[in-house]
Amino acid sequence: MDLLEHQAQELFAKHGVPVSRSRVATTPEEAYAAAAEIGGRVVVKAQVKTGGRGKAGGVRLADGPDAAREVADAILGMDIKGHTVHKVLITEAGDIDEEYYVSLLLDRSNRSFLALASREGGVEIEQVAAVNPAALARLQVDPDAGLGWEEALRLAYDAGLPDDVRDQVASVLVRLWNVCRGEDATLVEINPLAKLADGTVLALDGKVTLDDNARFRQPGHPQYVDVTATDPLEVRAAARNLNYVKLDGSVGVIGNGAGLVMSTLDVVAYAGEQFGGVKPANFLDIGGGASAQVMAGGLEIILGDPDVRSVLVNVFGGITACDAVADGIVQAIGMLNELGETVSKPIVVRLDGNNAPQGRKILAEAALPGVISSDTMDGAARLAAELAGKGA
Amino acid sequence: MSIFLTDKSRVLVQGITGSEGSKHTRRMVAAGTNIVAGVTPGKGGREVDGIPVFNSAAEAVKETGADTSVVFVPPRFAKAAVIEAIDAELALAVVLTEGIPVHDTAAFWAYAQAAGNATRIIGPNCPGLISPGQSNAGIIPADITTRGRIGLVSKSGTLTYQMMYELRDLGFSTCVGIGGDPIVGTTHIDCLRAFEDDPETDAIVMIGEIGGDAEERAADYIREHVSKPVVGYVAGFTAPEGKTMGHAGAIVSGSSGTAAAKQKALEAAGVRVGRTPSEAAALMRETLPAR
Repeated sequence: MDLLEHQAQELFAKHGVPVSRSRVATTPEEAYAAAAEIGGRVVVKAQVKTGGRGKAGGVRLADGPDAAREVADAILGMDIKGHTVHKVLITEAGDIDEEYYVSLLLDRSNRSFLALASREGGVEIEQVAAVNPAALARLQVDPDAGLGWEEALRLAYDAGLPDDVRDQVASVLVRLWNVCRGEDATLVEINPLAKLADGTVLALDGKVTLDDNARFRQPGHPQYVDVTATDPLEVRAAARNLNYVKLDGSVGVIGNGAGLVMSTLDVVAYAGEQFGGVKPANFLDIGGGASAQVMAGGLEIILGDPDVRSVLVNVFGGITACDAVADGIVQAIGMLNELGETVSKPIVVRLDGNNAPQGRKILAEAALPGVISSDTMDGAARLAAELAGKGA
Repeated sequence: MSIFLTDKSRVLVQGITGSEGSKHTRRMVAAGTNIVAGVTPGKGGREVDGIPVFNSAAEAVKETGADTSVVFVPPRFAKAAVIEAIDAELALAVVLTEGIPVHDTAAFWAYAQAAGNATRIIGPNCPGLISPGQSNAGIIPADITTRGRIGLVSKSGTLTYQMMYELRDLGFSTCVGIGGDPIVGTTHIDCLRAFEDDPETDAIVMIGEIGGDAEERAADYIREHVSKPVVGYVAGFTAPEGKTMGHAGAIVSGSSGTAAAKQKALEAAGVRVGRTPSEAAALMRETLPAR
């Protein structure tokens, strides 16, 4: 889960990383009050989970409370790369001398964590890495021992940071590791880390990505889930513990296993090329067991999506044999009918693996209107895409 | 021969008394796995289907000579369980648990390295591995394929099953599900190396998915070190950027981790890549050297 800037700042402050004084505002009046409280010049910053806010006009200076209200009025409600601005952060505008970069991130390739530092901050770090890789110092962090002061100081030195800030930056790095470890983050980044005219160093902007798998030991994290920015179908699916991602096509997809479902989306999209660019409407993995209840819950979400014109159920019977899965589908549709949800969209079912013939027989005998059995994944995808194309 | 797991493997199950642990222990035994022990702290002295349960992995190893562990322990206790397996000097630890915090995985991986890398870790968040007809360590259905001469390595469980089933007439030496987490112990490259060295493997299927650069690195490895034919498949071409697709590690971040880049890297290394799992299976039929 990616956090908004002000949430990242909150976690930085919790672990002693110096941040500028700031307030969150959701209305122009709140922005006025925040700017009045902070005093002097302020920066009004759109809170969205995407880069390029500055270019889009989502980060602007304001000379005082009146200007802050005016600027906030312009920024709130703005659309930045598909993200609507619901909040702004009002921060004090310091006199910046220099801008640096520091981060800690999960390094998948080395199966460890990596600390990065550069004296070239305030720009996209990927660019620094590409244009001037020598300007980006790296250090592998032992996940158990963590990042010590000596190592952090060494990294600050390798990054070419000036003498007068090296100690401060090392201290920020050590605390940033505490954020990373303490909050179960996979990315903590400060860009820019600013040196102000008075010589102090503080985080002006930050990014944090939290590990959802650690939710069981991070009771404070669920508050960061941003329901307003999430698709309503995704919210409903999450409430049922379904692994669902909304996409922009018209073939609803249900399958068992993340890899198989991802693959099903691709196969639908390939097949859809022949039918005017039909695409998958969602990712939905109902897991290995695929019980009737879970199948019903999944079907209900998908049939409730107005964009869906046909449904593809793609199940490989491994541990759960296909006859059990077929029973589950028949029961699921029965449950939906009982709930008064008429199943009017065509459902193509592909069962393969253990007891597949028995499973198909169960579906044939149930003779559910709109349910069509197909023997292969490629054939089922073609049929579902064709049906969705016709429905358009 | 097979890779990592053979009929000689002596398997212990960590978390054997849990519902998943006991259910799958039965399935593994039915598939011919030589399960010699179970471990659940505090439940030593019991039996599960006649299999003795011990309080610790070390005790189980001492009493039974177990060399392989299958870990069914819930996420919050998984790190301790894997460290226990490393301390007990097991040769192989297969970590099935889904939902382990990545800081914990990084920590037990670092611990294994510091301990001299004597314990091979497969997973976490994986279905395990099977050498059909010999042994099954994990939850891969044993009856969907046969023994043969294809090696299979995959991030995804169900795509593993799909491929095993499509090529069931040809059969497999070993099928390894390496798992879909951002950090996994055994990589595509580790399996490619082992299959290349295995005299009973003639060809290799490699299944990848979006996220990270494991497939690109595997492609480099194949170009330099693998002489046996490799057929590939990559899932996730239609996955949008920034969304996790089921597996914690399956995410396209910016321009990195895309399926297209992985396919391109594999093809540049001479790997034939199927557009669908069925197409990949068909490519394998064309590719497999005549016996």
